[in-house]
Amino acid sequence: MTAPASSLTIDLAARFPGAVSADVRPGYGGFIVPAEKLIEVATAIRDEFGYDLLSAVTGVDYIADNKMEVVYHAFKTTGGPAFVFKVQVPRENPVLPSVVNIWRGAEFQEREAWDLLGIKFEGHPDLRRILMWEGFEGHPLRKDWKEPFFEEEVKPFKSRWPDGKHTFAEVKNPFRDNLQFPADFDPEKVTFTDPEEALYKSLKKYHSETRDGIETDHILVNMGPQHPSTHGVFRAVVMLDGETVVSLKPVMGYLHRNHDKIGERNTFLQNMPYTDRLDYFCSMTNNFGYALAVEKLMNIQVPERADYIRVIMSELTRIQNHLIFLGMFLNDLGAMYTPALYAFEERELILDIFEEVAGARMMCNYFRFGGVARDMGEDALRKARELVFDRLPGKVDEMDRLLTENEVLVSRVKGIGYLSAEDAIRTSMTGPMLRASGVPYDIRRADPYSIYDRFDFNVACRPEGDLLARYMVRIDEMRESLKILGQALKQIPAGPIFPGKPQYQVKVPAGESYGRVESPKGELAYYVVSNGKPNPYRYHVRPSSFVNLTSLEQMCIGEKIADFVAILGGIDIVLGELDR
Amino acid sequence: MYGKGILKGLSVTFMRFWNTYWQDAIWAWRRLTTGKKHYGSAEGIAHRSSKNARGIFTVQYPEEKLPVPEEFRYIPFLVFDEGAEGAKEIRCTSCGICAKVCPPQCIWIVRGTDPATGRPRPQPGDFFIDADICMNCGFCSEYCPFDAIKMDHDYEIASYTRNLYDMEKLLKPASYYEGIRPANAAREDEARRAKEAAKAAKAEAAAA
Ligand code: SF4
Ligand code: SF4
Repeated sequence: MTAPASSLTIDLAARFPGAVSADVRPGYGGFIVPAEKLIEVATAIRDEFGYDLLSAVTGVDYIADNKMEVVYHAFKTTGGPAFVFKVQVPRENPVLPSVVNIWRGAEFQEREAWDLLGIKFEGHPDLRRILMWEGFEGHPLRKDWKEPFFEEEVKPFKSRWPDGKHTFAEVKNPFRDNLQFPADFDPEKVTFTDPEEALYKSLKKYHSETRDGIETDHILVNMGPQHPSTHGVFRAVVMLDGETVVSLKPVMGYLHRNHDKIGERNTFLQNMPYTDRLDYFCSMTNNFGYALAVEKLMNIQVPERADYIRVIMSELTRIQNHLIFLGMFLNDLGAMYTPALYAFEERELILDIFEEVAGARMMCNYFRFGGVARDMGEDALRKARELVFDRLPGKVDEMDRLLTENEVLVSRVKGIGYLSAEDAIRTSMTGPMLRASGVPYDIRRADPYSIYDRFDFNVACRPEGDLLARYMVRIDEMRESLKILGQALKQIPAGPIFPGKPQYQVKVPAGESYGRVESPKGELAYYVVSNGKPNPYRYHVRPSSFVNLTSLEQMCIGEKIADFVAILGGIDIVLGELDR
Repeated sequence: MYGKGILKGLSVTFMRFWNTYWQDAIWAWRRLTTGKKHYGSAEGIAHRSSKNARGIFTVQYPEEKLPVPEEFRYIPFLVFDEGAEGAKEIRCTSCGICAKVCPPQCIWIVRGTDPATGRPRPQPGDFFIDADICMNCGFCSEYCPFDAIKMDHDYEIASYTRNLYDMEKLLKPASYYEGIRPANAAREDEARRAKEAAKAAKAEAAAA
């Protein structure tokens, strides 16, 4: 593990003398850019220095300094570490230019920063709330915002011990004192605006025209929030011309629980089981990213065996995720249940291993800072070997045989939902979505973490950029994961799985860190800021499902409404992570 | 040839179909010769969750139940050692570590006091776990320094009311714990004995 990334090869301060300065706070890195220079500097970062993939945009509320800081993490699709730059704006009036025109992938994340922190991005094409509902008062991630049932700033709460007389939260702390109103709010006089109006306005305009002597009009369809194709409570508002999609806006946040805020109330360790609940298919990789971020801050070394176990668990996770993806994707296309149930069989066998090692099938809570919670016993290793060497390769082939060449399927998905490589990068796609557009970018290779640099595997990549490519990439990736697993299971050394004695209160030095992993769905990253206290000062999740939706509209325009279902299925979203 | 891919795919489904009946035939033979059953028996369930599983995969809950591995965790319980005449020697010292580490803060502990002197004593006066809030993370048992709180295997806790567990509900004997987690219990006993031996040796050295 290296120290917090200050290993930048380019000096932005020298390129923009007098304007840009290096961030010299202890534990921090990157550069501080003044708001008025942001567009110029960002353009240079993309075009001159080649950081074409903007991974994360988020804000931090430094309430003591009366400042809001917007943090950008940019990467090169050719590989290498992050380029971090920040903009500081006053807390009362946080305004800065939007970078959407430089990296379109910032679109949703800037909306999120506006929604949760109240930072305004000038020039953003559609700056509406995204996770909270329109009409919500306040910006919940600000440090002075308090949720209903608020107890204390941070856990552990004092009321639990030593005098922990149990009370139900709603008895002790009813809504009453925690509602927040605008300053001039008067319930008698309030007039409500239709919260949906702004949403519908953001779509391409209705217009009537006469075609072939018939008056025609666009129609508006709400797909969701309750719709079988959306894999949960997700909604897309679609403007249609006949059956063709003209414009589309995803609406999300139905499952929003403000994971970030919960995380800032928690201690560092307490966040670990919460990360399980992001992408609930892949709790192992969720744990992984968070553990990496905090380990970077703590600067601790992970024992060999623990690293191997981590890799084994992540790759098993990838296989079961992709199996479910195939099953559900085909389900969306109308191959009802059969492929999904075939996929579930293999997944159950993988989950059996998780259960035996971690104690739970889905909410594994298995990683700890510096290692893993418990050793992978001989029996679990045997099961993993049996699966990896004897069963799964055949089953992946079987999945492949089942439908890949099926003429009906191929004609249904070939050429649908096209996304070019440039657009995929511009919209910050990551994971299989990006690789299916012909960009061989895989964090395990591009910026290896843990011990991934030791394994021999190929980055699955397909150049076509359509739905069929996205389907194929997942099959290829399962085969590559099996390769990694085969090597890891052969090489796994004996030894400790945790350095020292497990502690329930970890000391995390002040600073920032960005831990990212190649989760099965794309880049999953955690931005963690510590101020040396037992709780993270800022805890942000950069979810792959969420950012990967940026290109949804672009992929759907011009396609049939029925293809929307397939295209959405092809992104592989999971609402637990999307809405956080 | 158009349709080749479809036929290829159908061969997969056909093999699955065939396997289901073929497995039944194999198990019928097995039952005749060895008495082992495919359904409703431990071997059958083990087979259906092994790498050799073919055909029918499902376990018919609640008639059949998947055996849970030792590490499986659900709601925590408090361990007591059985003393003389059925006295419950609660291991918990009400140190409060589990209440502090619990992520959703669903453990509530009242530190015990000695009724005679009114001084604190290392016993919980009251202990609540709000099982509806518990996220089954296992931290409490992982970080308890006295092996006093452990994760249960009983997952059938559906009820008509809220599940607020008090001491009475939470306390289970050490023998129960040894029953569900034999390897863990043995390891911890070993460690405890080693510690006590070291302590005794030290005391002896100090006395001598
Ligand atoms: S159960 Fe363990 S950690 Fe919790 S108060 Fe008792 S002794 Fe302390
Ligand atoms: S299992 Fe986790 S959530 Fe449940 S009581 Fe223990 S620490 Fe709390």
